[in-house]
Parts: sequence; structure tokens; C-alpha cells
Amino acid sequence: MSDPTMSQLLNAEMLRYLWLAAALFGIGLFGILTRRNAIAILMSLELMFNAVNINLVAFNRFTSPSTFAGQIFAIFVVVIAAAEATVGLAIVILIYRNWRSIDADRVNLLKW
Amino acid sequence: MADTVFVILAILIVSSALAVVTLRNIFHCALMLILCLFCVAGLYILMYAEFLAVVQVLLYVGAVAILMIFAIMLTSRLAGREIQLSNEQTFIGGFLATVFVFGLGYLYYKDIEAGQFARVSLKIPGAENSLSIGKLLMTEYVLPFEVVSILLLAALIGAIILARKEGN
Repeated sequence: MSDPTMSQLLNAEMLRYLWLAAALFGIGLFGILTRRNAIAILMSLELMFNAVNINLVAFNRFTSPSTFAGQIFAIFVVVIAAAEATVGLAIVILIYRNWRSIDADRVNLLKW
Repeated sequence: MADTVFVILAILIVSSALAVVTLRNIFHCALMLILCLFCVAGLYILMYAEFLAVVQVLLYVGAVAILMIFAIMLTSRLAGREIQLSNEQTFIGGFLATVFVFGLGYLYYKDIEAGQFARVSLKIPGAENSLSIGKLLMTEYVLPFEVVSILLLAALIGAIILARKEGN
């Protein structure tokens, strides 16, 4: 990376992935803050997981392309997201059975 | 070529993600989520992470999104009807998310100026992506692999116990 213009070009190549991931994370954050349906909140959470994964893979690909640590972490994130979705949706169905609604603003069992 | 594909994927990802958080019909939100996850898989292929792209399609599109659609059909009695999805924090939520995104973008920009990302490499990795990941999962990362398996088993049992009807 001795040539400065080349290095800037590569930075731009990596940076657009990071910016895209930041935008996706921000959209997911907006969804979590504004949605009141519990399933919609879980969907926004999946968007944020994906933003994090894009970051992990981008750093893996652009800083050390011959190793795979970033991709393996991304695989673990995907698996943990699947476990989270399973338990989260089971809780949502349980709440629906007791409340007849999955409005996150109305479920205040843990508030005092 | 790769630039064009990236731009198309980025536009699709951002617009479908915006649809996920703004549409009023939750079933349409789930379909938009599937589109977004597919496009992220395309992004992984663009970054030479083929195995991860396949995992993304199998696990996210095939399992998580379908699980979401099942939950939607089980909980909203009329899946097609428009129900109130958003609360009254739209303005402050949008403000916070915008500040977050532009703050992060500014930090990245500052890091380029300071040369933080100077050690970026564009070397194209070899074609043995799945082979190497499989070997690493069975050697160097075998402990996290087993831990995550136990976590999945715990989530499975927990979900069954939570969602089953009481009394049996």
C-alpha cells in the first residue's frame, strides 16, 4: 500500500460496506424504538444482527483475506440469532395466549 | 461489475429494510425482511464468503423468516388486516437513529483521514472457503462450536417448554 491513491481506493472499497452496515443498523434501531408489535421488534433486531455480520465479514475480507475468523464469528452470530428468534417467538406466543395481544406497550408484567 | 452489483444490492437492502420498519401490514414486513436477508447473502458472495451466504439463506431465509411468518399467523387473527404497528415515538426514534448513523459515518470518515484503515488488502482469497471454515470449526474453534450447539439445544427445549399448553 505504498501508493496513496491506491490505498484510498481500497479504503473506499471497504468503507462503503461499513456505511451500508451503519445504515442498516440505524434502520433496525429505528424499528426497535418505534414498533409496538413484538414480532416487528424481533424483525428489526434481525436487521441489526445482519448489519453486525456485514461489518464482521467486511473486516475479514479487507484486512486479512486469507484467514476466516470474521466469517466464523458471523456464523456463530447467525446461529445465536436463530436461537434468539426461537425463544423470542415462543415468548411472544405465550404472551399472546395470556393477553390476546402482542402490543409491547401493554405488556407491563415486569414493570412496577 | 462488482460496483454495479454492490450499488443494486445496497439500494435493495436499504429500501427493503426501511419497508420492514415502516410498512403497516406486518405480513408485508416479513416478506420485505426475506428480500433484505437475500440481498445480504448476495453481499456475502461479493465479499467472497460463499459458505456464509449459503448459511444466511438456509438459516435466516429458511428458518428465522419462516418462523416469523408462523408467529404472525398464530398471533394476529387477521394476518392481512392493518393493525396499529408503531407507537408515538416515531420522531424521537428517527432522530436518534439518524444521529447514530451520521455519527458513525463521521467517525469512519475521520478514521480514513487519520489513516486508520490504511492496512486494507484487496487480495482475492482462494476458492477453498467452505473447506477452510469446516477445518477451522473442527480444530481451532471446536470449543465455541460445542458451546453454541449446547445453546441451540437449550433454546430448543426452552421454546418447547414455553410454548406448550399447560396441563399436559
